[in-house]
Amino acid sequence: MLSDEIKSEIHCGISACPTRRCAILEALQIVQRHHGWVSEERLKAVAEFLGLTVEEVDGVATFYNRIYRKPVGRHIIFVCDSVSCWIMGFENILDHIQKRLGISFGETTSDGRFTLLPIQCLGACEQAPAIMIDGQLYGYLDRDKIEAILGGYE
Amino acid sequence: MERPLTKHITIGGDPLNLAEYEKVGGYEACRKSLRTLTPDNILQLVKDSNLRGRGGAGFPTGLKWSSMPSSQNSPRPRYLIADADEMEPGAFKDRILMEGNPHQLIEGLIICAYTVDTEIGYIFIRSEYTLAAERIRKAIGEAYEKGYLGFNIFGSGFNFELRLHVSSGRYICGEGTALANSIEGNRAVPRHKVPRQTESGLWGMPTLLNNVETLCNIPHIINNGSIWFKNLSKCKDGGTKIFGVSGKVKKPGAWELPMGTTIREILEEHAGGMLDGLKFRGTLPGGASTDFLVEQHLDVPMDYDSVQKAGSRFGTGTMIVLDDHTCPVGMVHNLESFFARESCGWCTPCREGLPWTAKVLKAIEDGKGEPGDIEILEFHIRALGPGRTFCALAPGAMEPLRSALKFFREDFDAHIKEKRCPWS
Repeated sequence: MLSDEIKSEIHCGISACPTRRCAILEALQIVQRHHGWVSEERLKAVAEFLGLTVEEVDGVATFYNRIYRKPVGRHIIFVCDSVSCWIMGFENILDHIQKRLGISFGETTSDGRFTLLPIQCLGACEQAPAIMIDGQLYGYLDRDKIEAILGGYE
Repeated sequence: MERPLTKHITIGGDPLNLAEYEKVGGYEACRKSLRTLTPDNILQLVKDSNLRGRGGAGFPTGLKWSSMPSSQNSPRPRYLIADADEMEPGAFKDRILMEGNPHQLIEGLIICAYTVDTEIGYIFIRSEYTLAAERIRKAIGEAYEKGYLGFNIFGSGFNFELRLHVSSGRYICGEGTALANSIEGNRAVPRHKVPRQTESGLWGMPTLLNNVETLCNIPHIINNGSIWFKNLSKCKDGGTKIFGVSGKVKKPGAWELPMGTTIREILEEHAGGMLDGLKFRGTLPGGASTDFLVEQHLDVPMDYDSVQKAGSRFGTGTMIVLDDHTCPVGMVHNLESFFARESCGWCTPCREGLPWTAKVLKAIEDGKGEPGDIEILEFHIRALGPGRTFCALAPGAMEPLRSALKFFREDFDAHIKEKRCPWS
């Protein structure tokens, strides 16, 4: 279930970890970088590779909002829904994205292009409202800008 | 006016690489510290500077450093963590420092590590800070290549290994003990406060945790001395501070200003005042988990003690502004929904109380509030207050609610009476 490439990356990543448990999040991040999300099978494989139980690994995996235990689209849109973006009208932005893509928070478009998720304050409050797509920050948003931004992701 | 922290930062531009950083005096403080100063010399300098922690609690940095147990007979390794997990809604100061001048943070970390004798350091950064992480990774690489990290730094015999740890999310990681759990590969729930992390932190070893902005100040204190540092400030706490303003002001942004600059000056002179047609109604002065201050507080100096005296907390020093066309009930509902989602679920009052609070606020905002709802909110303010929960998340969450009920009570009442949000 884990390619040799992933195994060697995990091996390299955990060399500095004093315990196997400490490698869980890094290993899951590596799996996710290659496959987008962490499936049941791959989670089991990570547990086996690290010599931990499935419960130990899944207990950690399900705590963190940036470890995905369900399939996600090719691109992930994070919409900041924290207070500064709320004041600056993130709800209009969200509404527009939802209508444009036909999905709500937690959903993926049927063509697998986008997954839409809420995110806690992106630390870009001076640029509110802000979103992040695949790690790229977009601030000072309005509806027109959204169109152009989404068009850049296939 | 001197702006040591941001002097070499160009917003939107590239940060200095190692050679450029050295050209403007970078790593001089580090070289001087490791070659000519003893840990005790540095500790005294930091204590004399009156630097207080910039993460939110404002604990005196020198005192915190001196709570690390003495090196003799100490279990090893000892750890140093830079808290770069900036997630307080409204805060964006550490992002600017890390994106803008990553070597300044690394230099601060090396000096701190030498002072408190730790051999392994982590920069714990949130995963959404992708640009900051990329720049820090590159800077760490440069520092290793030059021998400023690793073995026998500056020929002093001091070794320090620095790792970048990219988090997998959750606001609770900003709680120091939860952060340690996260690095260890556990669910990020908080731990008991006793023993202190400085006694028993990461893997049970002595561990010191400092905020990014705190550490960035260290090289400047070494270079210029504690008196210079104290003189940067308008109050007894030393130094400058990165203040930020967000909300409906003309020029939202962040500025490095003397500690103790008034709220009015920050809002009016630097943030350009309110957008045309809007009036100032209140501000959360230090991020989402601080009490509202209102018009009568505009001349309060932004420093730990003055803000506390005014009834709030200095927090991160990044203000969120409420205007007179935005619904305070809606704003507090947004805040409490955030805290409810981010509760780690470890202790019952927080896990159960925050969603209930958010639900009651949603009902009020939607015009479905009932007489007695305010009393339910007041009950939660008491039940989730300091000492009633395992960590500070829920008490922090109650601060904006408590003060909103104090200053904007008529807005809550109007929602319930009119059965609608007067702003929608």
